[in-house]
Formats: sequence, structure tokens, C-alpha cells
Amino acid sequence: MLSLTLPMQSWAHSIPAWVKLALLVVISFAMFPIRDIAILAVIVGGVTCLYLTLGRMACAQGLKMLKPLAWMMAILLIYHVITGQIGEGIRITLKMFALVGIANFVTMTTRLDDMIAVVMILLAPLKLLGINTRSIALAFAMVIRFTPVLFQKSADIANSWRARSPKRVGWRVVLPLCFVAIDDAEHISEALRARGGVTSDH
Amino acid sequence: MERNLTFIALFAALIAVLGLLPKLTLGFGVPITAQSLGVMLAGTVLGAKRGFLAALLFVGLAIVGLPILAGGRNGLEAIQSPSVGFFLGFPIAAFVTGLIVERAKDMNIMIVSVIGSIIGGVVALYILGVMGLAWKLEKSFTESLLLVTAFIPGDAVKALLAGVVTQAIYKARPNAVMSRS
Repeated sequence: MLSLTLPMQSWAHSIPAWVKLALLVVISFAMFPIRDIAILAVIVGGVTCLYLTLGRMACAQGLKMLKPLAWMMAILLIYHVITGQIGEGIRITLKMFALVGIANFVTMTTRLDDMIAVVMILLAPLKLLGINTRSIALAFAMVIRFTPVLFQKSADIANSWRARSPKRVGWRVVLPLCFVAIDDAEHISEALRARGGVTSDH
Repeated sequence: MERNLTFIALFAALIAVLGLLPKLTLGFGVPITAQSLGVMLAGTVLGAKRGFLAALLFVGLAIVGLPILAGGRNGLEAIQSPSVGFFLGFPIAAFVTGLIVERAKDMNIMIVSVIGSIIGGVVALYILGVMGLAWKLEKSFTESLLLVTAFIPGDAVKALLAGVVTQAIYKARPNAVMSRS
């Protein structure tokens, strides 16, 4: 459930994660001053080609991931039509689709472990400030592990609500969910301490 | 140490799960997600520093690619999208919320949580969010604010909920409300 990485091998999967992230940063800054609609349209075309090289599954997921942005941009386009700045609206829409399309491409072709490895390298200088980067790694692992657990429990809570009430599941499920999170946090901290605690770097 | 770490991690997970819950539609038709309620709760329950770290951890995990933002979005996408200010503003929102709750220790927990959530989770978050919109969409601050006005009532309701929920947590698990200990 918790991954957007495409479960396949492609040319884009084999590029190291840091290269893709660095390119993403460079492209984002490079695109900032571009105001020409024609150039932006070519870039959007280029991004589309990137997705096409990965095959049908990648295109389908890529389109799905663009949905929230499409809604936002549709509203924005209407706003521009009303205020009579259609060109401006098209320009910003193209730019947003290109930037988000490239970002999603990186997410879809990079494994979570590889991304985290890059983050850990970037965080390494924090050790000089006396910050324990191993506890950051542990925190990452805990969230990855416990988000699905908590999500499952929220579904259980919603089901027991439905078993008792004809009304729709409302905000009241938030409170028991908070108790689950708090009680789990207490138990896990005891379990960690019992196993020697969070030790410093070695 | 371990307790701080697990609370920070579990609240990051809570922010994620609240965003994944089905959207609730308010009376006036604007769909809201509970994600920012999670950010407010991180502040009201954990206090400024830990709330900040929980929201920061959530942001970090979204950036490495977990689809934990409302609607199943991920962090790289959010950074590139117009909603960048809201996304990166979560840790600040939690910090401001927590700071207010910590500072007003003798005030009623529910009232101070509502006030904190409004100032941190709505006012501060919207300032950052609208700045992001204005930057990405090349619009003025006022124009950008107009685009998100419809969501403000929903977030105000969430601030009220944050107060009610925090008070209930304070009654049932007083030790967990770190902003008060």
C-alpha cells in the first residue's frame, strides 16, 4: 500500500537516486524563468515521452497521480478565463504539469530505500551538531511500519461504528484513533527501552 | 528519549492516516480531509518542539515517496505543485500551535487548544500556503487567498475539533499531553 514506486525494472529505475533528485532540482530552477508557451508545451511533450518509454502501466499510474493537480488547475484556468488572461492561465498550467510530472516520474522510478539512503547522506552533517542520525532513521522506519497498522485500526474503528449506528462515520472516530496512536507509542517506547534503547552512533 | 521518539513517530503516522481517511463533506459542499487536524493535534498534544518534529518527519516521509498526503499524493509532487506552502508549512503550523498551548498552562486545555490551532493550524498555515500559491501561480497574495477562501471554514471547524479531542485525551491519558507536562 505504502509505495508509489513502479514494481518493474526500467532504464529510469537504474539511474542512481541522487542523480534523479539532483536533476529534479536543476530542472525546477531552470524552468522557473521560462515564460514562452511554445517552449513549455515542448517540455510537457518531453515529459510525456519519458512516461511513454516506461510503458502502459507507468502512463496509467502517472495520469492517476496527476488527478489532484488537474482539479486545481481546472479551477485556476476558469479563474483566468473569467479575468480574461487565458494565455497566462495556459502558461502556468503547462508549467505546473511539467514540474509535477517530472517529480512524479522520479517518485515512480526510485525505490524507497534508495530515497532514504540519499536523505541519510544529506542528514549526515547533523552528526557534527551532536544530533543522533540513527534515531532519525529509526523514526523513518517506525512511521513506515506503523502507518499501515494505524490505517488498519482506523478501518476497524470505522467498522465498529457502522455496526452500531445507521449514521455515516464522522469525526468521532478521530478520538479512538488518537488513543490507539498514543497507546502504541507508549508500548513501543517500553519495548525499545527493554531492548537496550536508542543507542548513539557507532 | 525513546518515549519522545515513539510519540513523534506515531503522531507522524497519525497525520498520515488522518489524510488517508475518506473525505468528509461539510454542509456547504467543500470536501475536507482531516490531515491538518493531525498537524494541529501534533502541536496541541506534543507541544511545540515535538509537534514540529512529528510534522517534519511526516513531510520527510512524503518527500521520499510515500503517498501519505491527502488524496494519496507524495511530497516531491507537493513541493512542485501550487500547494507547496501548505505542505512545507505543516511543521511551522504544529510548532506555533504547540507553543501557544505550552505558554498558556493555566488556561482551560480545550480553549487554549482551539486558540492555538486557529493561530498555528489556520492563520500561520494559510499565510505560508498562500505565499506558496502566490509564488507558484505568479499571482498576488490577495488573489491567491481568494482561491483558498472556501477551505477556511472547514479548517476552522477542524480547530474546534482539535480542542475537543485534545481535552478528551487530556482527561483519559493526561501523561500523553506533553504540552502540559
